[in-house]
Amino acid sequence: MIQASGLRKQYGTTVALDGVDLHVREGEIYGVLGQSGAGKSTLLRCVNLLERPTAGTVTVAGQDLTALGDRELNRARQRIGMIHQHFALLSSRTVAGNVAFPLEVMGVPKRERERRVGELLELVGLQGRGKDRPHQLSGGQKQRVGIARALAGNPAVLLSDEATSALDPATTQSILALLKRLNAELGLTILLITHEMNVVKSVCDSVAIMSAGRVEESGAIADLIKTPGSRLTREIFPLPEPAPAGSVTLTFTGDPRQPVVSEVVRKFDVDLSILGGSIEDLAGGSVGRLRVALDGAEAGAALAYLRGTGLIVEVAGETREGRAA
Amino acid sequence: MTWEEMLPLLWPATVETAQMVGWATLFTAVLGLPLGVALVVFDRDGLRPLPALKSALGFVVNIGRSLPFIVLMIAIIPFTRLVVGTTIGTAAFVVPLTVGAVPFFARLVETALREVGRDVVQAAQAMGASRTAIVRKVLLPEALPGLVAGLTVTVVALVGYSAMAGTLGGGGLGDLAVRYGYQRFETLLMIVTVVLLLVIVQLLQSLGDWVARRLSHK
Repeated sequence: MIQASGLRKQYGTTVALDGVDLHVREGEIYGVLGQSGAGKSTLLRCVNLLERPTAGTVTVAGQDLTALGDRELNRARQRIGMIHQHFALLSSRTVAGNVAFPLEVMGVPKRERERRVGELLELVGLQGRGKDRPHQLSGGQKQRVGIARALAGNPAVLLSDEATSALDPATTQSILALLKRLNAELGLTILLITHEMNVVKSVCDSVAIMSAGRVEESGAIADLIKTPGSRLTREIFPLPEPAPAGSVTLTFTGDPRQPVVSEVVRKFDVDLSILGGSIEDLAGGSVGRLRVALDGAEAGAALAYLRGTGLIVEVAGETREGRAA
Repeated sequence: MTWEEMLPLLWPATVETAQMVGWATLFTAVLGLPLGVALVVFDRDGLRPLPALKSALGFVVNIGRSLPFIVLMIAIIPFTRLVVGTTIGTAAFVVPLTVGAVPFFARLVETALREVGRDVVQAAQAMGASRTAIVRKVLLPEALPGLVAGLTVTVVALVGYSAMAGTLGGGGLGDLAVRYGYQRFETLLMIVTVVLLLVIVQLLQSLGDWVARRLSHK
């Protein structure tokens, strides 16, 4: 649905994007994660050409935006919704007036506009608030207005620029739940940027981790979790780094109640100490990560057994592929 | 001087001042608003960056702003004659008043428009709004309270300018102050003129503040 290739953006001598490729599939929620200054905001703004990339192309819904003239670009943008960190609502208009804005821009007749605004406010749970002014609303409600406005043109794609960063945790969750619902009900493809791992964990199907203008790692979360040594796994499960030499880190997906640890201790003559671990719900299932130290005569055999269980086994001091040293 | 003698002088003078300021305000708003919009739109990081044009406009505005009004009034006498056909009387002085106030108001418009958040403008761009739509539906409505405040300051400045116009044959309260207060030492009339100007300015400012507050939804 969104395909960006070879994106470069330079401001003078500063390189904000250094050859970024992005592939967002139809109907998925794709998160771009990174610290501030990593280039994720520039990347998002290159997708609807608020920033024109220095090099590279952006294709949204099959249309190469970089090749369009002003007028065609404006028409294409009407089919790409965007929500903003600080909501960017017009204080001179009511809630209904804000939602009607894109419809006015598109030239929708007044009666049709009013009908559509009513629908949209209901969709985001703000029915009856149309006559309010934005300053009378809470942050979460303002973002709901922002979302209603972004959806006015029936977009295929929604871009979210740190949409929950100015909100408290509970409101963040309710906005994320709304995005997830819209994604499911309308088949809306969502590209969001965030610096909060929590956002990625709660709603994203795929992720790209950015730093210094480059994508360090990208793909479906379910796949990245299964990739030994992936940065995503390390960031979701913050175990002390570097791991102590010889310690074993196990990553398991699916049913978290697999009694591997007790099995190992029963079957082999080893002592097993737990150094750290946690379990998270993400990508539609449970994922756990456990770091242990194995000591004893049969430590080698125990390790081989663990490898045979289908868990992802990483031994500190070994190469990432998990080959024995 | 008695009240019976002063009233026939004060009333027409007040009407003349009101006429000069009223017409000049109208023309200033009509000419200054687009000029102020142009200063913002053609700016380097504006909607339609044309830095050369913006610099040229800024230069012209600065000339208008740097000339003392009394000098400007005299300097553009040929232009006034061209437009109105005469250089004396209330109607003639609407021209220099407008020429003097347009750059002033344009700068205030520029400042008010710059107060509109960048994020709001970019949100409109992201929605596919054309530049004209952004100016008409975002910049101007969002800046409206600031524009009203700017126009109020301009009207008050015009009252001041109009008094200077009085000294060169424009009539109005300034003319009255020069002819009776300065040349004939009519202290009472001078005091009444001062009070009248104070009241007019206070009323205009309060009205402007009230309207600006009514329009603001922050």
